[in-house]
Amino acid sequence: MDVFKNVGKYGNTSKDVAKERLKLILIHDRANMPPQFLNMIKGDLIKVISDYAEIDEDGIEISLDTGDGRSRNDNISALIANIPIKKVKDIGK
Amino acid sequence: MGIAYVITSGKGGVGKTTTTANLGTALANLGKKVVVVDADTGLRNLDVVMGLENRIVYDIVDVVNGLCRLKQALIRDKRFEGLYLLPTAQTKDKTAITPDEMKNICIELKKEFDYVLIDCPAGIEHGFENAIAGADRAIIVTVPEVSAVRDADRIIGKLETKGMSDHQLIINRLNIDMARKGDMLNIQDMLDILSIELLGVIPDDNKIIVSTNKGEPVVTDEDSMAGKAYCNIARRVCGEKVPMLDLEQNHGGFISIIKKIFNIK
Repeated sequence: MDVFKNVGKYGNTSKDVAKERLKLILIHDRANMPPQFLNMIKGDLIKVISDYAEIDEDGIEISLDTGDGRSRNDNISALIANIPIKKVKDIGK
Repeated sequence: MGIAYVITSGKGGVGKTTTTANLGTALANLGKKVVVVDADTGLRNLDVVMGLENRIVYDIVDVVNGLCRLKQALIRDKRFEGLYLLPTAQTKDKTAITPDEMKNICIELKKEFDYVLIDCPAGIEHGFENAIAGADRAIIVTVPEVSAVRDADRIIGKLETKGMSDHQLIINRLNIDMARKGDMLNIQDMLDILSIELLGVIPDDNKIIVSTNKGEPVVTDEDSMAGKAYCNIARRVCGEKVPMLDLEQNHGGFISIIKKIFNIK
């Protein structure tokens, strides 16, 4: 029974949760940017872009990318934002 | 006016952060208003153990530097009524905050909260001085290993030099089987050596690892012996007389030996 239990949980055991949490924590530690900043940036982006286009707020994905995410010496980090646009607004141009 | 406890050990890796998180959660579950404070600037981990790492905006160093108000830096744990975390900075060092500043923050926190639990960094340097500065009492965490008990003794000495004589011991990660066989220091051995009041014993429990993996305190797991032990400690902190956990239930029989371990006549 334990075998089935483990198969069922594959990819979602507590150590997998731990590994995912760790990856995210380290990306933010190395970039010196707390995760909550991403939420704040997201809120501000929505505000700015909404003036120009209707956007799908639930579909927005914002993440921090540090190269391949493995090298601690790789100081270059990129803010990746994927913002689905529903309709561009007519701003009278 | 609340009371501030520092959770300290001298040695690293004995379970200070786990104890702070679980004791804090257990006290909140008893209806108390609790704030857990991370004093390990530069190597913060209390946020991660509590699963609140994604909620941090401001930290205690920002409060000290006047970048935000104390209330803005407090993170409310939505899962447990009355539980708050005051995180520290990850990218500054221990000198980013002084003992006097820490003391003032603790005074402010004690006005709002019943219990202020300060997670002390390992070592006896600046970080330790900061962590104890605002504390009224100390909880010393140790494990049944020679090195950890030695460091606990050094910490008790340090605390007494600082005039903090109100301290109690938590023995963490006790392996009942090994203690029973005489392959591990038992509770009485450690109490004899340290001559300090015992607050509680946490049995070695794999569930701690699983709960920490997920960022959930083990006190929420009703099957966990360690979780039960932390709940009992919380009740003792509140002044209840709770007998030491009956650790034999998972180890049928051998009652007499267990009684011996707990020194019950």
